[in-house]
Amino acid sequence: MALTIPHAEQVKKRFVASDLPWRGFLMASVCAGLLLAAARTFAEDHNPFAGDAKAAKAGEYEFRINCALCHGLGAHGGGRGPDLTRAQKKHVHSDAEMFQIISNGIPGTVMPANGTNGQGVGMTEEEIWQIITYIRSVELKAPAQPLGSAAHGRELFYGDANCSLCHMIEGKGGRLGPELTGVAGSRTRESIIDSVRNPSRRLAWGLTEATKEFPQEYETITVVTADGKEIKGVALNEDSFSVQMMDQNEEIYRLEKAKLRSFKKSRESMMPKFGAEILSDKDLEDIVAYLVSVGAK
Amino acid sequence: MPRRSRIFYRLLMVCLACGLIATRARGQVTFERLLNSGKEPQNWLTYSGDYSGRRFSPLDQINQKNAHTLVAKWVYQTAATGKLETTPLVVDGILYATAQDDRAFALDAGTGRPIWMYQHPLPADVRLCCGRVNRGLAILGDKVFLGTLDAHVIALDTKTGSVIWDVVAAEYQKGYSFTVAPLAVKNLVVIGVSGGEYGVRGFIDAYEAATGARQWRFYTVPGPGEPGHDTWEGDSWKTGGAPAWNTGTYDAVTNQIFWPTGNPAPSNRGEGRAGDNLYSNTLLALDADTGRMNWHFQFTKHDEHDWDATEVPVMLDSGGKHLIAQANRNGFFYVIDRTTGKLILANAYGKTTWSGGKDAEGRPVAKKEASPTLEGHTVCPGALGTTNFMAPAFDPQTALFYVTARDQCDIFSTAPQPYEAGHAYYGSAYFPSDDAEPYRGFLKALDPATGEIRWKFEHTSPTWSGVLATAGGLVFTGDAEGNFIALDAASGKPLWHFQMGGAVYAAPMAFAVDGKQYVAIAAGSGVYAFGLP
Repeated sequence: MALTIPHAEQVKKRFVASDLPWRGFLMASVCAGLLLAAARTFAEDHNPFAGDAKAAKAGEYEFRINCALCHGLGAHGGGRGPDLTRAQKKHVHSDAEMFQIISNGIPGTVMPANGTNGQGVGMTEEEIWQIITYIRSVELKAPAQPLGSAAHGRELFYGDANCSLCHMIEGKGGRLGPELTGVAGSRTRESIIDSVRNPSRRLAWGLTEATKEFPQEYETITVVTADGKEIKGVALNEDSFSVQMMDQNEEIYRLEKAKLRSFKKSRESMMPKFGAEILSDKDLEDIVAYLVSVGAK
Repeated sequence: MPRRSRIFYRLLMVCLACGLIATRARGQVTFERLLNSGKEPQNWLTYSGDYSGRRFSPLDQINQKNAHTLVAKWVYQTAATGKLETTPLVVDGILYATAQDDRAFALDAGTGRPIWMYQHPLPADVRLCCGRVNRGLAILGDKVFLGTLDAHVIALDTKTGSVIWDVVAAEYQKGYSFTVAPLAVKNLVVIGVSGGEYGVRGFIDAYEAATGARQWRFYTVPGPGEPGHDTWEGDSWKTGGAPAWNTGTYDAVTNQIFWPTGNPAPSNRGEGRAGDNLYSNTLLALDADTGRMNWHFQFTKHDEHDWDATEVPVMLDSGGKHLIAQANRNGFFYVIDRTTGKLILANAYGKTTWSGGKDAEGRPVAKKEASPTLEGHTVCPGALGTTNFMAPAFDPQTALFYVTARDQCDIFSTAPQPYEAGHAYYGSAYFPSDDAEPYRGFLKALDPATGEIRWKFEHTSPTWSGVLATAGGLVFTGDAEGNFIALDAASGKPLWHFQMGGAVYAAPMAFAVDGKQYVAIAAGSGVYAFGLP
C-alpha cells in the first residue's frame, strides 16, 4: 500500500546506512523485514489517536478540506457521500477498515483513493487517523433503531402510497423518478423524509457534481411541439440545442429545441408533495424503514 | 580528382550546405515572425494567437454566411484521460499541441495524422491541485517548449519531438509544477509556475531558447529588503504562493511582458499573512530583457477566496490609449492603461457580493464580512470564480471582449492548517451553497470602453471553454455538454453547433492549410478540426 512506503523506506535506510559486517547484514535484513511487517501492521490496524480530542479537532479540519465536499459539513452526508455519523456504516466497521477505504477508495463508487482526486499527494497516515478519530467523535454510539415497520413500509411503497408508480426498488416499480434501491445507504432518514415532504427542495439547489445524488436532475420539462402537442415530463438530459425527456407514460422523447413551439424547464418537481394529510408520519417512518432495510444490505 | 573537378565539388558542397541552411531557416519561427504574426494569418504562433492576447484570427473564409455549413474535417484521439486544456499552435501546415501527463505531439494540420509524439516521464508523486493538465506549447526557431508537471522546462525539436534540452526549474516535491503554455519573446522562453495550493513561492522565469540557461527569475513574492516584502506578516512570504500559471502577453513598443499572478497561500485563510500580500493576484509589467518590474496592479488585495488573477490580460487600443483588459476571477472586468498601470475602469460582469465599494483609485475593495469564517458563509462569486483559466477573446472589428462567465456562490469556511512542504495548503474548504440559485453559465460580450455587457448567451450549465473571435464575424466556444458552437460576434446568436461527445476545457483557435480555413478545439480526449464542406 502506497501510504506505508515512506515508513518502509525510513526503516530500510537506517539499516543500509549503518556500517554492518557481512554476517550481520543478513541478520539486519531479517530484522528489517520483521520491523517492516510490524510497521505495516501497526500502521494499518491501530489508530494511534483513538479517543484523543486534540487529534479529533485536527481531524475535523482535515475532514473539511478532504471529505466534506461529498460527505457534508459535520460528516452528516452530502448528495453523494453517505452520512458518516451513523453508527452502522455500509462499507466499514473497524478503524482499520476505515483506514483502508480512505487510502484505497471503494471500487465501483465515486469514493476515490487518497491522493488520486487530482488534489496532490493526499493525506499523510497521521492525518487519516486524525480524520477517523474525528468521525468516531461525531458518530452516534448505537445503531438507530428503525422507528417503523419495514414490512408495512414495503406494502405502502408498492400499494396505497403509490411510490412504485414512479420509483423502482430491486427491479420492480416505475421509471419516471430516481431508482431508490440504494438511497438509504447514503442518505439520512431526515433527508429522505424531507424529499418526500418537499420534493422540490433538492431540485432548487444549485447542483454540482459533488452534490448530485442521481445522474439526472429530474427537472420538470414542458414543451409544445411544432404540431401543437404538449408533452410534460422529466429531463433525462439536455444541452443548448436538444432535450431528451420522459413523460408520465414512460415514453422517451428526443427533441430539437429550435423546432419546438415552446420549451419550459422548472425546478418544481413532478413528484407531488406528500404532506402529513396524505401520508402520516407513522406511515412515512415505515417507508423509510423499508428503504433502510433494502439500502443498508 | 582533377583540380577543376575538385573546385566544382567544393562549390557543390558549399551550395548544398547553403541550401540546407536556407531551408532550415525558412522553416523556423523567428522572433520577427512572432512579432508580425498578423502577416501570416494561416498560422497560430502563440497560445493566444499573437502577442496581444486577443485570440483573434484574421481569417474570414468561414463567416456568418457559411458557418451553418461547417463540418468536422478530422479528429485526433490523444488516448489521454482527464481534462484537455491545450491550445494548439500551427506553423506552415504542422499542428503542435499537448495533452495530459505532459504529452506533446505534432500533426499534419490538414489531415490530423500524427508526425511525432513525445511523453515526458513523470514521477508518481507530482503535486497538483487541478488535474494532470497542460495548456500548450511555445515555439521559437526549430524548437517547441513544454513546461511539465514536475517543474521541468523542456525544448523539443519541431521536426522529430526529440529533447534538445531539459532543465529543472524547481523542486516538484515542494509543490512546484508547470501547466502553462510558455511565451517565447526575443531569444527567451518565459514561463510562470503553478503551486498556489502548496504554499510555493511563486516565480516567472525566462530561459535562453537555444540553451535552456536561465536568464532571469522574478519572484512574485518579494524577499527581505525588496519592495513589497512588508506586505507579508512574519515569515508568511516564504509560503506566500502567488503562482503565475497562465500565459501573459508582450508589448514590443515598450519591451514589456504583462504577466498575471494567482492567489496568496493558504488560499482561504488570511490569518497569519496580514497585509496586501504583494504580488499575489496582480498584473505585473516586467522588462522583457531583465525581468525587472516596471509597474504592478493588484486586483484583489489580501485575497481569502482563491480568486487567482491569472486570467489572460488582453492588450487593446482605444481612443488613442494603449490599454490592457482583464476579466478577473473576482467578478470584475478591469481596464488598465498599459503604459502607466493606472486603472481606468472596473465593472462587475457577473454575480458578486464580496465588494461593498471602491478605493480612491477605483479598485473594488472587499467587505470585511466577506472573509471566510469557521462555520462558513456564502460569498459570490464562488471559489471557481466568475471566470477562470478559460481564455477570453477580443475582436477589433466589433470592439467587444468575449469571456466565459459563471454565476455561482459558495460557502467559504476557514480553518487553521500548519504548513508542511509538498502538502496541500488551503487553510480552508469551500462548499456549494445550498441557498444559491442553480449555477448558470454564459458567454458574455463586454464593451471595454464602458465595461457594460452588450450581449450574453446562456449555456445549459457553466462551461470551462475559452473563446475565439474571427474576422468572419464569428465567435467560437465550447460547452460542458460537448458542443462546439459558432455565434454571431455582433449579436451572440448561435449559428452552428457540433456535438463532440466530451466536455470542453480548452480554447479554440483557427488556421489555414492549402488555402482552406479550419477552426480547431480540444474536447473530451481529442482535438477536433472543422472546416467548410
